[in-house]
Amino acid sequence: MESWRRSPKTFLALGLPPTAWLLLFFLIPIGIVWAFSFGEKVGIVDIDITGTFANYDRAFEAVYLQIMVKSLIMAGLTTLVCIAVGFPVAFLITFAPARWKPWLLLLIILPFWTNLLIRTYAMIAVLRTNNGFLNMGLEAIWDAADAVTGLFGLAALGAFQPWDILYSDAAVLIGMVYVFLPFAVLPLYSTLERLDTNFLEASLDLGAGHLKTFFSIVVPLAGPGIASAVIITFIPALGSFLQPDLLGGTDSQLIANVIERQFLSANDWPFGGALSFLLMYITFIAIAARAFLTRPNERRGSLPA
Amino acid sequence: MIKRKPRPISRRSLLAGTGAVAAGLTFAPKLGWTAEEAKVNFYNWDTYIGETTLDDFEDATGISVTMDLFADNDELFSKLKEGNPGYDLIVPTNDYAERMILAGMLEPLDHSLIPNKKNINPAFQDANFDPGRKYTMPYMWGTMGIGYRKSKVDGIPDSWKWLMDSDRYKGRVALLSDSQGVFSAAAKYLGKSVNFTDEADVKAIEDLLTKNKPNIKVFADDNGQDLLLSGTVDLTMEWNGDINQVIEEDDDLAYVVPKEGSLIWQDTLAIPTGAPHPINAHKLIDYILDADAGAKIADFIQYATANEAARQLLSDAYRENPAIFPPQEVLGRCESAVYRGEGVQRMINDAWTRVLAA
Repeated sequence: MESWRRSPKTFLALGLPPTAWLLLFFLIPIGIVWAFSFGEKVGIVDIDITGTFANYDRAFEAVYLQIMVKSLIMAGLTTLVCIAVGFPVAFLITFAPARWKPWLLLLIILPFWTNLLIRTYAMIAVLRTNNGFLNMGLEAIWDAADAVTGLFGLAALGAFQPWDILYSDAAVLIGMVYVFLPFAVLPLYSTLERLDTNFLEASLDLGAGHLKTFFSIVVPLAGPGIASAVIITFIPALGSFLQPDLLGGTDSQLIANVIERQFLSANDWPFGGALSFLLMYITFIAIAARAFLTRPNERRGSLPA
Repeated sequence: MIKRKPRPISRRSLLAGTGAVAAGLTFAPKLGWTAEEAKVNFYNWDTYIGETTLDDFEDATGISVTMDLFADNDELFSKLKEGNPGYDLIVPTNDYAERMILAGMLEPLDHSLIPNKKNINPAFQDANFDPGRKYTMPYMWGTMGIGYRKSKVDGIPDSWKWLMDSDRYKGRVALLSDSQGVFSAAAKYLGKSVNFTDEADVKAIEDLLTKNKPNIKVFADDNGQDLLLSGTVDLTMEWNGDINQVIEEDDDLAYVVPKEGSLIWQDTLAIPTGAPHPINAHKLIDYILDADAGAKIADFIQYATANEAARQLLSDAYRENPAIFPPQEVLGRCESAVYRGEGVQRMINDAWTRVLAA
């Protein structure tokens, strides 16, 4: 990319607006929050930037560490389920007939056309105990099973007991997977799409089974895509506060809920800033780990056939 | 970029300095008051004004009203604390109004522009959070209490015990997720003032809430009335107006203010500092305090109005509804929250985080 040397004016004209945008609306606000994280509250609305580390100290208190660990576990589980479910989906789309592909991809992107808040509220209607769609479905199956056992003169199954899943960590997990699944499928698909199918044919010809081919050929070749999918799912999952708020029970709060409260009801922006930046550091570490992990995979992926 | 200055920099001046909100800040110099455009920007709660009030006001005065909505006091406060983005009239609740007065976020009112102040109930002519009503006019008031499903509870659950210290209704109880509200109710149950400031009181409340947490189904995000209506819970801590709305849909629901007393709140009309149309805002306040206009508002939103002249115009069904106007002896045990400083605020918030993490 030496073109900027040949036409610096074009480069400047193209590069300036996004740079200015990033600077004004991303770097400066983030810089302000970062500065607040080294500040102290000195009144109702005033913050004194003193360079103190007290906010970071406080963030390492046991209660916040406990919430942080729980958030990491929840985000990790979300990522795991998203990859486990997303991989077969991406695989199927890749090998679907060409005329279906745009429609299948559209189905993946479709949820983005509805606001996240609305979709999360919709999950309440699905999961709730009374008149929830999940429990209505389960009840229908239960009743059918009951009718069948009755038909064969077996003991009745008894009354249907609804599954009390809403307002629990499980509901939060379901909500998070639902929201972040498309983020996992898209990078996986874009990697699998570029996969050279000759490798698969060679593997099958040489006597490896489908399963062995999948795990020894497809998964390693898709390594960078998996890593991207993990990162792009894990990071927003770590920052989600809507799902614990709306679907969670009495102990489902995650670190993002604590941060949200610092900026609203607690009115403690310095502490909220410190917690946010701790999350940001974890994110940086994850991205660095990705770069470190995917390098050998990329080399393997570019081996001459 | 940000350096320590001899005088602490406020966030407001910091942001104004960077120009990030400079465009949004509109200062109204007192000289310019005479030449105001015929507009007023109203920042209000949802479903908290009469159906036709704003149109009627425009017909009467020629001033058009733009109304934005906020969901809670925290949102209102956060939105205004970095500088007024252009609102003329806001509706903060008493303790938040007090906090905003202390932070210089409200403009003093000119009582000569509000002749309808005479319509206000004598009990609301003055206020402990705003002596002399220099900054605020009362709008609506109400209580926090227990909304419940009559067919699913034994008798009237008129004690905080059923929400705070009992497994009788295990898994069928919701509390608000608002830390101030929960701590106030727990304080009342423990026989303390809602305006406790002692660390030991905070600890006692934290222990009570932590111990009772297994009996709670969910901390409701101000949607306790929906949980009650859908049958997800049978008892919920809520604001009276929210429960009144679902009582209209389901007559198996009821509301009670617990016998230990509760939190009484008052929403106020106030003009934020830097309002671009303060004269028009005064006119709108005066219009809301008018007897007829006030009656239409109260009749529509079904909250207790502080406008006595308006209340006189309304039906007995409204005036004698115990869920709107609780009995006098219960009211006597209720307290309104005062602003207790940022330190207490932090103690409560930290304790709440620990309760949720427990």
